[in-house]
Amino acid sequence: MKYLDEFRNPEIAERLFAEIRRITTRPWAIMEVCGGQTHSIIRNGIDQLLPPEIELIHGPGCPVCVTPLEIIDKALAIAAQPGVIFCSFGDMLRVPGSSADLFRVKSEGADVRIVYSPLDAVKLAQANPERQVVFFGIGFETTAPANAMAVFQARQLGLRNFSMLVSHVLVPPAIAAIMESPHSRVQAFLAAGHVCSVMGYWEYEPLVERYRTPIVVTGFEPLDVLEGIRRAVAQLEAGEARLENAYPRAVRREGNLPAQQMLADVFTVTDRGWRGIGVIPQSGWRLSDRYRDFDAEVRFAVTDIHTQESAICRSGEVLQGLLKPNQCPAFGKECTPRTPLGATMVSSEGACAAYYQYGRFVQSEYDAQDAL
Amino acid sequence: MCLGIPGRVMEIYETNGVRMGKVDFAGITKEVCLAYVPEIAVGDYTIVHVGFAITQLDEASAQESLRLFEEMGVLEEELGEVSG
Repeated sequence: MKYLDEFRNPEIAERLFAEIRRITTRPWAIMEVCGGQTHSIIRNGIDQLLPPEIELIHGPGCPVCVTPLEIIDKALAIAAQPGVIFCSFGDMLRVPGSSADLFRVKSEGADVRIVYSPLDAVKLAQANPERQVVFFGIGFETTAPANAMAVFQARQLGLRNFSMLVSHVLVPPAIAAIMESPHSRVQAFLAAGHVCSVMGYWEYEPLVERYRTPIVVTGFEPLDVLEGIRRAVAQLEAGEARLENAYPRAVRREGNLPAQQMLADVFTVTDRGWRGIGVIPQSGWRLSDRYRDFDAEVRFAVTDIHTQESAICRSGEVLQGLLKPNQCPAFGKECTPRTPLGATMVSSEGACAAYYQYGRFVQSEYDAQDAL
Repeated sequence: MCLGIPGRVMEIYETNGVRMGKVDFAGITKEVCLAYVPEIAVGDYTIVHVGFAITQLDEASAQESLRLFEEMGVLEEELGEVSG
């Protein structure tokens, strides 16, 4: 596929690895924020081919993983109501709520449907005027313009039977929260390329200033990830802290202005709980007051939610980069993609799922030798 | 979930007052919302996420990145050969 295959070329990757090896003289800890990048790193073994001084810390950029348990439980309660068609991205279906997941609710008779685009949910609402269609609107800034368009279109079409359960999260406040944490070891960030395609990267300039930490806007293919790492290491080695764009084919400083205009109309910034992490101020979007009628939380007024997290799941530490997935005692034992205890084992962007899928059952060769 | 796939715009039209189009991904064609890329034309490349074009792919910039990657380390190799 054009503009995909070229950025997966192993010979050029070797050049980038060689360059990173050449410039690295000291240990550095770099966080890739986005779960899509985590999967690219683990799938391609990038972390194992880097010089041993460089540690990649996996960040919280997995929207399914950080969607608060209370919202999952609300989704389950709404989906179970008679007459509701509950639409979601496929990733969400196996995410464990307090006592069930959407698959379970579906098997018990609820009408839960996987959609590819939020506009498919709007079409379902048009085609089923006697039913209430609810879309589970989660995601980072990348997904928000799509979800916003669905609500906007539903309003334009005067659809009274469409609503959205919104749990949107934002990257810059999460980076700030990580840097404010006394446990953080992160010395540089790879910012999520497609988030910046939408929002631009000017929002990160104050973060670079405040925390004196390099931030490199980075893409998702192996060469993109390596270039992001190379630039971060070059800055760290030189004692610099700058904002760089290593994904210029998809990211401009100002971002996508028509999308931002739509976002400003449909959403408004709010405090948001992140599963496993806690509330981060001003770190999410909810529907703006103009679109309150389309808010599923208002329409269905679900109360009486009593959340109960798994007692042994340590996904919160994984999401904050404090624990590698295979350091969790439950990893690959009680917790597998078929029997997930936490959302990080479910999502195609979850770090635990990446480690499981690509066979990272042991921490390193040294640990394996210890185990023998 | 933030994955975006590059594809080539094949056709542009309107549905429900929204700019839509057909985008080709190496032989697979999908309907994509083009509302957020008002300047994109047939033949241009875009990056698609959950059925939405989120940005136009800058082809000149893509070639420039590849050129820089290919040159990487070449200077050091040559210098190495000279000094070796």
